[in-house]
Amino acid sequence: MTSQNKKIVATLLILAFLIAAVPLFAIKGAEFGGSDDAGSQMISEIQGTEYEPWFTPIMETFIDGELPGEVESLLFCIQTGIGVGVLAFFMGRFVERKKWQDKAKGERVR
Amino acid sequence: MSKKEKRVMKLVIAFALAFGIVPSAYGMHIMEGYLPVGYCIAWGAVCVPFLAAGFFSIRKRLQENRKTITILAMSGAFIFVISSLKIPSVTGSCSHMTGTGLGALLFGPSAVSILGMIVLIFQAILLAHGGLTTLGANTFSMAIAGPFVSFGIYKLLKMLKVNKLVSIFLAAMIGDLFTYCVTAIQLALAYPSETGGIFASAVKFLGVFAPTQLPLAIIEGILTTVIIITLETYALPELKAVGFSKEVQ
Repeated sequence: MTSQNKKIVATLLILAFLIAAVPLFAIKGAEFGGSDDAGSQMISEIQGTEYEPWFTPIMETFIDGELPGEVESLLFCIQTGIGVGVLAFFMGRFVERKKWQDKAKGERVR
Repeated sequence: MSKKEKRVMKLVIAFALAFGIVPSAYGMHIMEGYLPVGYCIAWGAVCVPFLAAGFFSIRKRLQENRKTITILAMSGAFIFVISSLKIPSVTGSCSHMTGTGLGALLFGPSAVSILGMIVLIFQAILLAHGGLTTLGANTFSMAIAGPFVSFGIYKLLKMLKVNKLVSIFLAAMIGDLFTYCVTAIQLALAYPSETGGIFASAVKFLGVFAPTQLPLAIIEGILTTVIIITLETYALPELKAVGFSKEVQ
């Protein structure tokens, strides 16, 4: 990676982190509920009555109730984990391969 | 595309038209059970040709060059990671990004429709996030509309010779925002406001999603740019294989 790219990547990552972190500290006492829920509230508002979904999530039917918060965060973590695992695995291979190819190239020049 | 593939494509397009137009339906994730049945079927049908095209394009790419599977897997993994992270936004509520921009730029928008749908199925079944009945509508907004817009914007900016990193950033960001615009329109079509009709309703839903999503869209643009810079450094052969990077050196 060129040093210019390194700088760009570092700046961008810091920026992304700030955008994500600042609201948490800036807006004190906010609930930070999901915007999906805000959407369903809006449906009720437009319709004038409480909207009754006609189909319950399949998981809730199986366990007969809402998914416990802790288990939900576990499942979200699994999703993140799978993704990060795949990304990291291939990225690791790419980085090693590049190192090894550069070395081979260097030897050939010599 | 082979002859057989073309025939299948024609068939599914006909299927989509038949089911997509008959109920005269013109629909983040919409929650389970929140769309009337007709809309669920219509949006599902509209997705089918895109999914079929995506399947063929992925198969063709893999047949041409097995190497591209790594990039495909990484694009999918990126969607997995990004769409599992709920991030607080300036409006005081949380939302998550789509992550579909990366795959759209690297692999083409139709291929992403398959990747996006896999993630949506995972979330709908296990996480009660989105839903099986609304899968069609959500697939359309997140895995079809968003990626196609990303792809289009990237091509356009490339033609206008805009800086590459800026183009990637804008493409991913606008694709993410567009996903949520489509969701708002999908909801508005199903729930037109009594006084103002579909339009007034769309404005209301947009008012909920857009301000929350804007900062997240910027983050998505940033992360997509970072990933592509990294890939260009370490995985240039693969990027050439998928046709993203031209022979430069």
